[in-house]
Amino acid sequence: MNPFTRFWNWIKSLPVHIILIGLCIIWLVPSLGLLVTSFRPVQDINETGWWTVFAKPKGFEEFKTYCASCHGEDGTSIATADLTDPDLVQNYRRSFNLLSSLERDIDGQPHMGDIPVPDEQTAATIAAYMRRISGIEARPKFTLSNYIDAFVGYRGNKSYQQDCVDGTQAVDLYCDVRDLTNPRGMGRAFLNSLFVSIPSTILPILFAAFAAYAFSWMDFKGRQWMFALLVGLQVVPLQMTLIPISRLYAQVGLNGTFLGIWLFHTGFGLPYAIYLMRNFMGSLPREIFESAYLDGASHWTAFYRLAIPLSVPAIASLAIFQFLWIWNDLLVALVFLGGQHPVLTYQIGNMVTSLGSGWHLLTAAAFISMALPMLVFLFLQRYFVRGLLAGSVKG
Amino acid sequence: MSKNVPGIMRQKPITPWLYLIPALIVMFTFIVYPGVNTFYLSLRNADNTAWASTACKSGESCWGIFENYHYAITSAIMQTAFLNNIKWILIMVTGTVGLGLLIAVLADRVRYESIAKSIIFLPMAISFVGAGVIWKFMYNYESGSNQIGLLNAIITAFGGQPVSWLTEPQINTIALIVVGVWMWTGFCMTILAAGLRGVPEEILEAARVDGANEWMVFWKIMIPQVLPTITVVITTMVINVLKIFDIVYVMTGGNYGTEVIANRLYTEMYKSYQPGRASAIAVVLILVIIPAMIMNIRRFNEQEATR
Repeated sequence: MNPFTRFWNWIKSLPVHIILIGLCIIWLVPSLGLLVTSFRPVQDINETGWWTVFAKPKGFEEFKTYCASCHGEDGTSIATADLTDPDLVQNYRRSFNLLSSLERDIDGQPHMGDIPVPDEQTAATIAAYMRRISGIEARPKFTLSNYIDAFVGYRGNKSYQQDCVDGTQAVDLYCDVRDLTNPRGMGRAFLNSLFVSIPSTILPILFAAFAAYAFSWMDFKGRQWMFALLVGLQVVPLQMTLIPISRLYAQVGLNGTFLGIWLFHTGFGLPYAIYLMRNFMGSLPREIFESAYLDGASHWTAFYRLAIPLSVPAIASLAIFQFLWIWNDLLVALVFLGGQHPVLTYQIGNMVTSLGSGWHLLTAAAFISMALPMLVFLFLQRYFVRGLLAGSVKG
Repeated sequence: MSKNVPGIMRQKPITPWLYLIPALIVMFTFIVYPGVNTFYLSLRNADNTAWASTACKSGESCWGIFENYHYAITSAIMQTAFLNNIKWILIMVTGTVGLGLLIAVLADRVRYESIAKSIIFLPMAISFVGAGVIWKFMYNYESGSNQIGLLNAIITAFGGQPVSWLTEPQINTIALIVVGVWMWTGFCMTILAAGLRGVPEEILEAARVDGANEWMVFWKIMIPQVLPTITVVITTMVINVLKIFDIVYVMTGGNYGTEVIANRLYTEMYKSYQPGRASAIAVVLILVIIPAMIMNIRRFNEQEATR
């Protein structure tokens, strides 16, 4: 291929790359914003956008314009007026202290020389910047305290660690390992989510395996139409059954219990689980089952020695699917568990309404809830995609 | 289908039912019975003590025993919800299927295909609630010049006025739909990509040799070949969109004119304590979904025929 055709081909494929990479960036940016924000100190989050995280902090530009020509960009040029010295800056914490100093003469010369004295707001920004560089209000670019606060359910206006050092924590915080189970915290919610998701994943797969075996390798009346009905049941909206089930649960005392939500998820997971496993088991080679039966194997033996081990890929897909579905579910948790055993989605939904713009806690909490699904997805993507395809296209 | 079953295995007539019974009982209790019960409740009054007709007020139009449906179909808030759901369907289904197809076709031609697909697919793995927080932050609105939400920062950087994305009527529903598109495009892309892989390479090559350009190959060969898959994706998406709840619940709570059917159902049942009305809304929802359900069963029967 000569260089010209190669270049021409490159030009021709350029739009493809531009569109594709552009879309990928658009898809990534929102999550990236969440991730970056969750590690920033709360004051920074509300002061500057997360995309400026590697830029100079707020006030740097103002400081440069008004102060840097004498004090230097780092504020240390004049030894007798070192702006990184906390003892000195302590006197100019507020904009009016700072302004009056700037308006005063030094040795008969105006403090600011030819530069005009900044207005009130700019002075406030500069004062804040000096508090930062002098270490009075130093804060790191990144912090873990949002995560700690979210985990223990801290709602004060400093930080959990700070409050614990000062001994000013809220009455329901103990500053030890017990706080991980604080009902307001994400730690507790994480455990609850696991406690909801794991049985709700195992139970439907267990029941579905039996039913799928019967649908695949047994002969009985009504097999065809029962299976068709099952396909129909897959699309019954959950909302259709919430009301009678809540009433039923209220009568038998299952509202707000883990058992109640396990059973509900089992019922709703079953049609899809049976469908997917039937498609998989039914496509296993018929000969192995025939020869097993000829050797005198019973259905039970064929089921647990042949069908189950051979269906492991389908079971894996199904387990991942069901697990993520339940982990991410809000509606069922809201209705059947509510605040008694808050799960992650419930907890975050609550925080969104009660915290308003408590972005430091919200972003950390959201990321805590997303970490596990993302890991599952990244490492088990193959099974995930397979399950998706089996359910929607031909199995 | 029964041709699948080996005839040599003798079984007692009861055996299949032993395997089926646990699943059948659970499905009956949690899907069939409540489904039927919802119909009944939709004809009853708020505390299920009498028929819904007792809730009628004299002098106002009344649908008798179907009074709950009167509310579910004609009340102003439900009309808003219907309208919004239609918007959701139109924009979200076109958006997800269109973008999904675009990405599936384009990604096939580059070496970083799997990375690109993973990036687009990743939002599928997280919850609507998580996505709600992510996008609420994107849409964040401050009245001053200092914007910490990316979208408003871009707008103000170009000298525009910041927009309150989630409270501004008309804009807010679109803003919510964008979140849905962001989440579900990966799903459509994956299924469509699988469909495209089924298009025989020889046909595409033959067309290219005959002088068809990529644009024609796409419209004249790829699209007709994956049309059945596209139909499947569209039906699935329509069902999903009709049930959409979490995004609206978390981001606006259905306020500012963003109400949708599923959120209304939740509000009627668990905030206004009107199970009759909520049930009627549920029935309306299933009636809208039934056509999609029938398509699913029909497609299933076709698949069975080709097994």
